[in-house]
Amino acid sequence: MRQAKVFQLSVTLLAAAFLIVPAIMSVMAGVTANYFRGIRSGLTLKWIGQVFELYADSILLSLYLALGCLIATLIIGVPAAYGLARNPGRTSRVLEEFVSLPLAVPGLALALALLQLYGTMKGFRTSPAFILVGHVLYTLPFMIRSVLAVLAATDLKTLEEGAATLGAGPWQRFRDIVVPNAMPGILAGALTVVTLSVGEFNLTWMLHTPYLKTLPVGLADSYASMRLEVASAYTLIFFVMIVPLLMAMQWASDRARRIAQ
Amino acid sequence: MTLTLKNAAKTFADGTAALKPTSLAVQTGEIVSLLGPSGCGKTTLLRIIAGLEAPDPGGQVLFDADDVTDLPVERRQVGMVFQSYALFPNMSVRANIGYGLKMQKLPRAEIEARVDEVLEMCRLSDYADRAITALSGGQRQRVALARAVAPRPRILLLDEPLSALDAALRDSLRDELARLLRRFEITAIFVTHDQTEALAIADRVAVMRDGRIEQIGRPEELYRRPASAFVATFVGHALALDGDVTGSVLALPGGNLPLPGAAPHLSAYVRPEDIRITPDGPLEARVESAVFLGTHYRVTLAGVTRHPLVAIHAAPEAPKTGSIVRLDIAPGAVLMVPAEGPAA
Amino acid sequence: MTDRLFVTLCLVPLAIFSLAFLALPLGRLFMGAVEGEAGWGVYLQILTTPRYLSTLVQTVIISVLVTVAALAVSTTAGLFLTRNRFAGRGLLISILTLPLAFPGVVVGFMIILLGGRQGLINQIVPGHVVFAYSSLGLFLGYLYFSIPRVLLTVMAAAEKLDPALEEAARTLGAGPARVLRDVILPGIAPSLVASGAIAFATAMGAFGTAFTLATNIDVLPMVIYTEFTLQANIAMASALSVILGLVTWVLLVLARSYAGTTVAAGG
Repeated sequence: MRQAKVFQLSVTLLAAAFLIVPAIMSVMAGVTANYFRGIRSGLTLKWIGQVFELYADSILLSLYLALGCLIATLIIGVPAAYGLARNPGRTSRVLEEFVSLPLAVPGLALALALLQLYGTMKGFRTSPAFILVGHVLYTLPFMIRSVLAVLAATDLKTLEEGAATLGAGPWQRFRDIVVPNAMPGILAGALTVVTLSVGEFNLTWMLHTPYLKTLPVGLADSYASMRLEVASAYTLIFFVMIVPLLMAMQWASDRARRIAQ
Repeated sequence: MTLTLKNAAKTFADGTAALKPTSLAVQTGEIVSLLGPSGCGKTTLLRIIAGLEAPDPGGQVLFDADDVTDLPVERRQVGMVFQSYALFPNMSVRANIGYGLKMQKLPRAEIEARVDEVLEMCRLSDYADRAITALSGGQRQRVALARAVAPRPRILLLDEPLSALDAALRDSLRDELARLLRRFEITAIFVTHDQTEALAIADRVAVMRDGRIEQIGRPEELYRRPASAFVATFVGHALALDGDVTGSVLALPGGNLPLPGAAPHLSAYVRPEDIRITPDGPLEARVESAVFLGTHYRVTLAGVTRHPLVAIHAAPEAPKTGSIVRLDIAPGAVLMVPAEGPAA
Repeated sequence: MTDRLFVTLCLVPLAIFSLAFLALPLGRLFMGAVEGEAGWGVYLQILTTPRYLSTLVQTVIISVLVTVAALAVSTTAGLFLTRNRFAGRGLLISILTLPLAFPGVVVGFMIILLGGRQGLINQIVPGHVVFAYSSLGLFLGYLYFSIPRVLLTVMAAAEKLDPALEEAARTLGAGPARVLRDVILPGIAPSLVASGAIAFATAMGAFGTAFTLATNIDVLPMVIYTEFTLQANIAMASALSVILGLVTWVLLVLARSYAGTTVAAGG
């Protein structure tokens, strides 16, 4: 019994160390004057400054894309989840399965598909909208599923009938009853969409142009061509953005899941 | 407002006839209860009146002289209390009650005033700003009622409004509901499977079975002059007296019982409270069990008919189990209804 | 009925978007695969060209290894974390789920920091130990992003397990090892299958990690990428994508029908 526990704890600690040690190293390297000489060379914000000089555009583009992606998934996803919840038939199942394909099919394959169909439309191909389409494609199923799970756990039919007997038409019921009651799912979906959009690489790498680099594309670029300190500083900036998002997303998703049960 | 239903029927997509062609007329201010076991079509009938279901072609729903058959539910001006209450969890008590008024685009001040008035009537003023989740079952029931009446609907529809409550609460709220419905002076239709509720609240009760109204009438009428064996047994738990009728005498295994009149093709029923245990009764029975229930004993009696009879015996002492007693049933207490096949 | 119309309208934006940016492009991808010189023979080419075939085999092997390792590590840690309460437990869970939001490129960089030329291991171990760009580096990178995904699924399943089952087994005389074998593992088996399938599918399609590590072994996504960008062999890139997409999709559908869970694929 004791031995088993010690073994389990060791595995857990080892796994945690494997995941966190390089992340800490990256944070340290990002603020160390000379990584090769170690922390004795002094702490500096020079590398972070350099990252902002070199990659400010990428970081901004990622934020704009995340915002655009959020708006698009809200406009498309929330009504769609409601439509699917109201039609629990076979057609809905098939449609839901189909739009969830981007969860399963690797981003590379999706990007290749998009490139082959739209690659020759120059105006579209070179605009941020092209990357945005990829991000929406990838994140939309998360929004739909998140909202759908909460709606499916709500007695939507009776609540809507209640509102209808009080004189509310379809649009008013959607606004006053459906959206407020789906809010935990919408919040969880929104945070998931933003988190995934900010970190998306596989699709974006294929869809981007040299003038439109997102944060993760810039990361790949810095890993390949910059000194380790700059790459680390850039990764540090990414962590600062993504970790709070991830924690908020997990909190919101747990909350939505408790409601959906 | 008067409600008139003409040949309203409902056949669902899978072919089941939930409601056979039914006509019904309800007077202004009248409270009518639809009473029946589950699956009898009472809720379907209510939902057709509300506009939540469309009747089969040929059916008509009239509010006064207006044909509202094709009017969508949100334009019908009905108030409905749902079995689960369907209170909006995203809104406070006040916002729930004010929602119908908001849909009518009334000025804010008027909405507030009318909500306050209804809150007062339903004794909910202290809970106005509570969340729905912070209310007890009885309070939720009152909010549901308040929300339904606040917009002053043309008709109030209640679908098993008390069934979500526990038994003790149900008794006290039943009386309060009856009182409130009278105060609102509104035409109301009230669906229930509980005969006590129907008898206590309604001006008239429609007993339903298998998608049709079997009998409609005042509670006393239904209770004292049931039109069928089903009504007799469903309302007031009447027991069958199976025996051979000769002239105006019913021959039972436990003896001969005089009937109020000649009764060919009729069946006799009796209610438990009308069976008296008395030394000079015409019927003989053996006591199978006597259960003390506080106000009375429930005595099971064998030997009078094929099935044991149950009598309510309000006396300080119960007859001994296994003893032979004599019974009397007043001729006026025997309910005579058309004979039905054994299947029914 | 206006209500029906409204509900239908709610699905219109989704229908338009999915048609334009999912159905049509995927259709184009299918067609693109067979529009090359070889036609449908492109699929035969994959099986007869040693480079493609060995890529397929290598990708499957590394994905299987990663799946097994991630299941072993995450099940051990997940069961330990659900069944013990101690100071620092929350922190450990946070650390173990942190990489969920890391793109594959960042995971690759983490491995470079561990096993690259300037990496931790090379600094503390005598001699020249660099493994980041080998198959071991790739394996560790895939393991890095698989551990959190499997862990979350295992923990969710273990928390739902009725503690009374275990207590019942104990009262019947089963020791801890037997309880694990007879009660706990069978109880979370559907989740293990599902998360295993997710880990496998994610590893099959992982691009960013392999890309960053510029690894010297061929894995499927890298080959697709080079066929498309360097060789401009669009038909082959498409055909390989179709195969990759079908494999991962079928696996995840099976996993979901088996256990009803989905965790974000990515990497």
